[in-house]
Amino acid sequence: MTAFYLPEGLPVPTWEGDELQRPYWEGVKQEQLNIQRCGDCNAWQWGPEWMCHECRSFNMNWAPIEGKGIIYSWTRAWHPVHPALADRGPYLAVLVELPDYGNVRMLGNLLGDEHQEVVIGTPVHAVFEHHPDNAIPHTLVQWERGS
Amino acid sequence: MAERSLRGKVAVAGIGETPYYKHGQAPDPEIVLALKAILAACDDAGIDPAEVDGFASYSDDRNNPTRLAAALGTKELRFSNMQWGGGGGGGSGAIANASAAINAGIADTVVVYRSLAQGQFARFGQGPKIPAIAGDPAFNIPYGIMSPAQQYSLKAMRFMHEHGIHQTALRGIAMASYYHAQNNPRAIMRGRPLTEEKYDNSRWISEPFHLYDCCMENDGAAAVILVSAERAKDMKHKPAYVLGAALGSDGGTGRGAYNGAHFASSHFTSVSRNLYDMAKVGPKDVDVLQSYENFTGGVLMSLVEHGFVEAEEADEFLVLDNLKADGGKLPLNTSGGNLAECYMHGLELITEAVHQIRGDSPNQVKDVNVSMVISGPMVSPVSNSIYGSEASL
Repeated sequence: MTAFYLPEGLPVPTWEGDELQRPYWEGVKQEQLNIQRCGDCNAWQWGPEWMCHECRSFNMNWAPIEGKGIIYSWTRAWHPVHPALADRGPYLAVLVELPDYGNVRMLGNLLGDEHQEVVIGTPVHAVFEHHPDNAIPHTLVQWERGS
Repeated sequence: MAERSLRGKVAVAGIGETPYYKHGQAPDPEIVLALKAILAACDDAGIDPAEVDGFASYSDDRNNPTRLAAALGTKELRFSNMQWGGGGGGGSGAIANASAAINAGIADTVVVYRSLAQGQFARFGQGPKIPAIAGDPAFNIPYGIMSPAQQYSLKAMRFMHEHGIHQTALRGIAMASYYHAQNNPRAIMRGRPLTEEKYDNSRWISEPFHLYDCCMENDGAAAVILVSAERAKDMKHKPAYVLGAALGSDGGTGRGAYNGAHFASSHFTSVSRNLYDMAKVGPKDVDVLQSYENFTGGVLMSLVEHGFVEAEEADEFLVLDNLKADGGKLPLNTSGGNLAECYMHGLELITEAVHQIRGDSPNQVKDVNVSMVISGPMVSPVSNSIYGSEASL
C-alpha cells in the first residue's frame, strides 16, 4: 500500500526556471499554502498570473493562507487515461472553493474511500502529500473532509 | 455608418468530407485527408481548386495553408487564418473569419477545413506520458485530471448541482445523436443503436459522464467553401447563407487553474447574444440545431445558454422524442454528431447544417430555413453560427 493517493508514474509538477510558479510549489513543500494577492488593490488571485485581473497592477505579492474550503465540484474518474493509473481503479478529484480568500478554487484529490458519497458544499481541509524521493522532490495538496 | 454585419453577405457553396475512420485507422496522412476533403468541397461547389484563394482553420490544425495552396495549384493566396483556441471551439469562428474576409474583399473563395489523423499524431483522450509538467497543467495533471472528459466533468457536475438536473437529461442528448446516426451512411456508429438501458448500464468514464456521454475520436477531414452571396446564387447547389457567426467568451473565462469566471458554463452567454443579434433570429426561429457534443454536459449548458431550454426544465425537455428530426420540437444533432457520426472537431456539424438547408440530410427536417450550429463548448474562445435559406434573408 502506497502512501500516495495516486500511484507514482504520473507527470509530476516542475517549476524549474518558472518564477511565477515557484512560491507556490516551494511553499507547499514546507506545508505552507501561498497564493497571490495584489499589492495595490489587495485582491486574492489564483492560479498564478503576472498581472492583477482586478486592477491591472503588476505588483503581485504572495500571501500565506489556511487550507480550508468547501467542495465546489467533483468527479470520480473511472477510465484510466495514463498507464500509471491502469490498476488504480476509480479515484476522486475535488475542486475546492476557499471562501476566506476571494473564493479562489484549488483542484486536488479527495482522500478516503473512493466510493464515498461526495456532496458539493462539504467543508474540507488541505493535506500535504510529500514526494521527497521523487526525481523532482515535490508536494501535492490533497483534501480531506472536515474543517 | 452602414450596419456592420455578415448577415446574408456570404454563403456556403460547397462541402466535402473524406470517409470517416476510427482513430488511428485513416489510410492517409493528415495532409492528404485535408487535400481530399478540400477537393471534394470544390467539386461539390463546381469550382476549380486553383480558385481557392483563402484558407481558414482552427484548433491549431497542422496543415499549413501555404502547403495546401501549393498542392492545390492556388493561383494567388490571399487569406490564411487560424482561429485561436483548442478542441472544436473555433469551428464556427473559422466560418466567421472566412466570411469576414470575403465580405471585406480580402479573398473571394475561402475554404474552412479541419483534418485529423490520430494514428499519425497523438490522441486527445489520453494523459501526457512525460515525467514532469510545468505551468498551469501542473495544477491538475498530477492529480489524475488529464483528459478532456475528466476536466469538463467538473463543469457539468457543478451545473447539474446548481440547477437540479439529473443524469436522464444527459442520456436524452446522447440518445438523439445515436438515433440520427442509424440513418446516416457516413456515421461510424450506424448499426449500433443506443437504448436507455444500454446507456444506464454503460461504464462511467468520469462522473457524471458515462461512456455514451463522450465523443468518439476519429480520423478524417472536412471542408466548407465560402463565397459571396451574390456569386453563390449562380452555383451548383442551393446556397446556405451565413446569417451570423460569433466567437469569443465572457471576460475572465480564460483564467487558469480552474479559476475562470463562469465556471459552470458552456461559455456562450455573451456569444449567443451576439450571434442572435447579427442573425436577427432567436432560438424559437431555429428549425434544426447541431450542438457540439464533446460531452453531453456541454450540450446541456449550450442549450440553456442559447435559450433553447430553461435549466430548470432540462430534465423534462431533454428526451429523445423532443430531439428527433422527424417531428421533434428541437431537432438536435441530426447527423449523429461527434458522438455517433464522426468527431471531426465539429466541422461535420457545419456540413450537416448545410445539408439541412439544401434539404438533403439523411435525417431531413421539414421546411428548414434557419439551421444553427453551436461549436465546441466549455473551452475559450467558443463560437457559433447560423445558416439560412434564401427565404430567411
